[in-house]
Amino acid sequence: MMKKKLLEVNDLQINFKTYAGIVQAVRGVSFDLYEGETLAIVGESGSGKSVTSNAIMKLIPQPPGIYAGGEILFDGRDIVPLTEKEMSKVRGNEIAMIFQDPMTALNPTMRVGKQITEVILKHNKKVTSAEAKERAIKLLDLVGIPMPEKRFRQYPHEFSGGMRQRVVIAIALAADPKLLIADEPTTALDVTIQAQILELMKDIQKKRNTSIIFITHDLGVVANVADRVAVMYAGQIVEYGTVNDIFYNPRHPYTWGLLGSMPDLKNNEKEELRTIPGSPPDLIHPPKGDAFAARNEFALAIDYEKEPPMFKISDTHYAKTWLLHPDAPQIPIPDAIQKRIQGYLEEAENSGK
Amino acid sequence: MLKYIFKRLVYILIALYIIVTATFFLIQLAPGSPFASERDFPPQIEAQLNAKYGLDNPWYVQYKDYLIDTVTFDFGESMKYKGRSTNDIIAESFPISLTLGIEAMLISVGLGILLGVIAALYHNRFPDYLSSTIAVLGISVPSFILAGLMQYFLAFKLDLFPVSGWKGFSYSILPATAIAITHAGFIAKLTRSSMLEQSSSDYVKMARAKGLGKWTTVFKHTLRNALLPVVTYLGPLTAGVVTGSFIIEQIFAIPGLGKHFVTSITNRDYTVIMGTTVFYSIILLFAVLIVDILYSVIDPRIKLKGAKK
Ligand SMILES: Nc1ncnc2c1ncn2[C@@H]1O[C@H](COP(=O)(O)OP(=O)(O)OP(=O)(O)O)[C@@H](O)[C@H]1O
Ligand code: SF4
Ligand SMILES: [Mg+2]
Repeated sequence: MMKKKLLEVNDLQINFKTYAGIVQAVRGVSFDLYEGETLAIVGESGSGKSVTSNAIMKLIPQPPGIYAGGEILFDGRDIVPLTEKEMSKVRGNEIAMIFQDPMTALNPTMRVGKQITEVILKHNKKVTSAEAKERAIKLLDLVGIPMPEKRFRQYPHEFSGGMRQRVVIAIALAADPKLLIADEPTTALDVTIQAQILELMKDIQKKRNTSIIFITHDLGVVANVADRVAVMYAGQIVEYGTVNDIFYNPRHPYTWGLLGSMPDLKNNEKEELRTIPGSPPDLIHPPKGDAFAARNEFALAIDYEKEPPMFKISDTHYAKTWLLHPDAPQIPIPDAIQKRIQGYLEEAENSGK
Repeated sequence: MLKYIFKRLVYILIALYIIVTATFFLIQLAPGSPFASERDFPPQIEAQLNAKYGLDNPWYVQYKDYLIDTVTFDFGESMKYKGRSTNDIIAESFPISLTLGIEAMLISVGLGILLGVIAALYHNRFPDYLSSTIAVLGISVPSFILAGLMQYFLAFKLDLFPVSGWKGFSYSILPATAIAITHAGFIAKLTRSSMLEQSSSDYVKMARAKGLGKWTTVFKHTLRNALLPVVTYLGPLTAGVVTGSFIIEQIFAIPGLGKHFVTSITNRDYTVIMGTTVFYSIILLFAVLIVDILYSVIDPRIKLKGAKK
């Protein structure tokens, strides 16, 4: 059975005009998202994850933002040229967003219930406010908020952080969107609450067949929730594949770096956390050649001259590194990372049995 | 809530007591007497007058008398205008000042918020520069100068408004504007910066992500939160409007309470000074109380101390 393609981003480029110059925040990002699937976008701070997700919502402030190129096909329709008015029918309705910080994402002076019914009423012209209220209470119940009737009338400050994030999710689900964009939805929460929120999102996805773009810099979370992973670096996707591709067969040195910098609690081996040396490049003057070259211990001479293309590794797996060129020297995955991967494999096998 | 209000009322009483006492001693310290401006009386007459009003008593007896006057809210006859009680003067002139004051407050709040919102919505574009300039001018030009300018150009030269007096609504526009403009400037700046702060906040972005239109977002989400600081300014605004009226009522020859207050001081009309001071104090203290209660109504996060649900 072929899954339906819900979102197709082609060569998206987003710039910001600043006093210092033009920041090329997103430099040609492409990916596909299928119905009912989760795509995780990972990458370090400033790699353009949030800009990419805001771009899909068309929430990039213009100015200073500029859609410099590319298309965003949602359900087959390019949304880049849509007007504000047309876009307001898409936002909240077909694409909804979950924000990082639940402490600030809710309006402090509006009752929680109203913040939910607002979306329902906006996108369903025929619904009466009594029906909207009923639906909102059902939603609160769905996202696991006890005593929804009472909670409906409360203000955000009467909720804990985890409960607020549930409210944010309820708002996002209010108009039954096809695509949920979650920009680091659990980063601001403590670990146990994180796990609950992730469970909730998976649960909802199963019930409603929603597609999710899940943004995070925590690879540990990715393995849990995602079907596919896009690794972003300096405004580009450098490796793209299924979770298995990325975790068991990572090909890009930056992905190795990310995997290596993830604390490995399971294998319990005494090893140092590897960090990726250096810092991301200046996006006003992106370097010639590969943006990662300066931080890459495996960099080749060509890396400083010419940007690598996306090499296809398999039907689902792509990486943007010269190391995949047939003429490139064979560089094996560093030992520490290889050990990690071994660990994951064993773990997977054990839990599989 | 009731407990909170009760507590605040006690504070108001304490504050009033301090104000009355301070006023009393300031009057005692100030040179001159109510009868000084009239032609030289023979000393006997002055002594008689002093005796009649109790001014020959030692200060603690006078102080006690004033406290009793204040508690009973009966300040006695004006020492200057024979036959008119202080209470009459207040009753007669206060409605005028109240009208003027309310008008001034409406203008400052309305104009201020309007300018502030426009400036924020068109951040760093022409309307922003224009309204910010108006706001800065409003803040920096003193009200009496503005009053003079408006009287000269709008009333005298262009004849759009009456120059002075108090015979109807058209007489109130210039003085109310003169009182309001400084505060409108402040409110505009306050609204602008608070609007800008709110519009970059997450929940506003969230409102946009919900698919709400630009204006719905502004009115339903940004504005209400942005106006919270403006509500806190209502207390000082009331005080400002009251003090503003002292000068402006003089300039426009408006027979309001502010004018009486000022002349009573220059006349050393002790009873009227005391009466108006107490009256003004009560109004201001209650204005602050009302603002605090209002604030807790608008912002659900604020619980009045000592208030239980
Ligand atoms: N409004 C803006 N004006 C100028 N530059 C911007 C603006 N918004 C984002 N950028 C730039 O775009 C780049 C990518 O930012 P983005 O927020 O997408 O990073 P991110 O991957 O989400 O990082 P994080 O993990 O910290 O959230 C950054 O270099 C940032 O400076
Ligand atoms: S293209 Fe070269 S510099 Fe870039 S990641 Fe691959 S090996 Fe490193
Ligand atoms: Mg981000």
